[in-house]
Amino acid sequence: MENGFLLEKLQGNFPAKIVEVPDAHDLLTILVNVDDIIDVLCFLKTDRELQFIHLTDITAVHYPHLEKEFAVVYHIHSLIHNIRIRVKVFLYGPNPEIPTATVVWKGANWMERETFDFFGVNFIGHPDLRRILNVDDMDVFPMRKEYPLEDPNRVDKKDLYFGR
Amino acid sequence: MSCNIGRNGRLYLNLINRLFMSDIKLAEAPPGVEGAGFFATSLDKAIGLARANSLWPLPFATSCCGIEFMATMGSTYDLARFGAERPSFSPRQADMLLVMGTIAKKMAPVLRQVYVQMAEPRWVIAVGACASSGGIFDTYSVLQGIDEIIPVDVYVPGCPPRPEAILDGVLRLQDIVKNESLNRRNTPEYKALLEKYGIHTNK
Repeated sequence: MENGFLLEKLQGNFPAKIVEVPDAHDLLTILVNVDDIIDVLCFLKTDRELQFIHLTDITAVHYPHLEKEFAVVYHIHSLIHNIRIRVKVFLYGPNPEIPTATVVWKGANWMERETFDFFGVNFIGHPDLRRILNVDDMDVFPMRKEYPLEDPNRVDKKDLYFGR
Repeated sequence: MSCNIGRNGRLYLNLINRLFMSDIKLAEAPPGVEGAGFFATSLDKAIGLARANSLWPLPFATSCCGIEFMATMGSTYDLARFGAERPSFSPRQADMLLVMGTIAKKMAPVLRQVYVQMAEPRWVIAVGACASSGGIFDTYSVLQGIDEIIPVDVYVPGCPPRPEAILDGVLRLQDIVKNESLNRRNTPEYKALLEKYGIHTNK
């Protein structure tokens, strides 16, 4: 199955709602509006021809310079045709919200918890949205590009000691 | 054969030969008063000698330093030579907690509980850069040295340290154990140290 065929089929089913991202290194990447995301995921999974039955990963990216700061990224794999697709949804910050994909794949549960844990994306309708990897009492979202890489208040790791 | 000493006598001679006429090194006796048939020293020194040469290690290994410790325990480096023959995987029967590797903040309460579960007297060695200071992981999720949550007696530098360095750390700890007074664990300084870490002793 070719990427071109896949894109045409998607655009045929969702007219004017699917935008292709160019230069995505052979992995077909599409942009979807937040209101359509569950419909698109559902279509990809249940369409008899495509059968994208495996959700590889859900994560997010923080683009602090963009108006829509956050992108939630879905990697989906059709085990039948051995072809993959990447679906991106851009969201407004600082409290991004998106409907949960647990209604499509049960396996989305922990992936969305991880994305919430690190980026603070609120997955509306998630059955148990709480931190999964970081300590429970953490009150920040550490993968957001808002923090200095090293703690400036430390006294034992000054550049001087490391010849920097 | 000059005289008949019997089977038990031969076994006994054999044992003496092995102990004193071979290159097996015995632990050095502490300073004391020696005479015909007796040896007197202080109880501190005698107990210290016994403790230092039977430290039961509890390996708390989370990463590559733990691999180096496995080599240290193995036949080439042979930690057992120093009386640490029995790695204890229960904190209740261990004297020497060896923390080897990166301790994530989420692991910190676990490590602290393991330390609290150990019976007195207990000692801690921080093996490697991560356990000592967080190492290269200067980040939000990693504890910047285990001495933020439990007291540490010996720090072994290295990333990871070689088995010789870990052995050296154990020998340095033996020096501490040999020379500490028996009632150190009841001193106000020691209690204050534990109190500083929020560890309450019931005495």
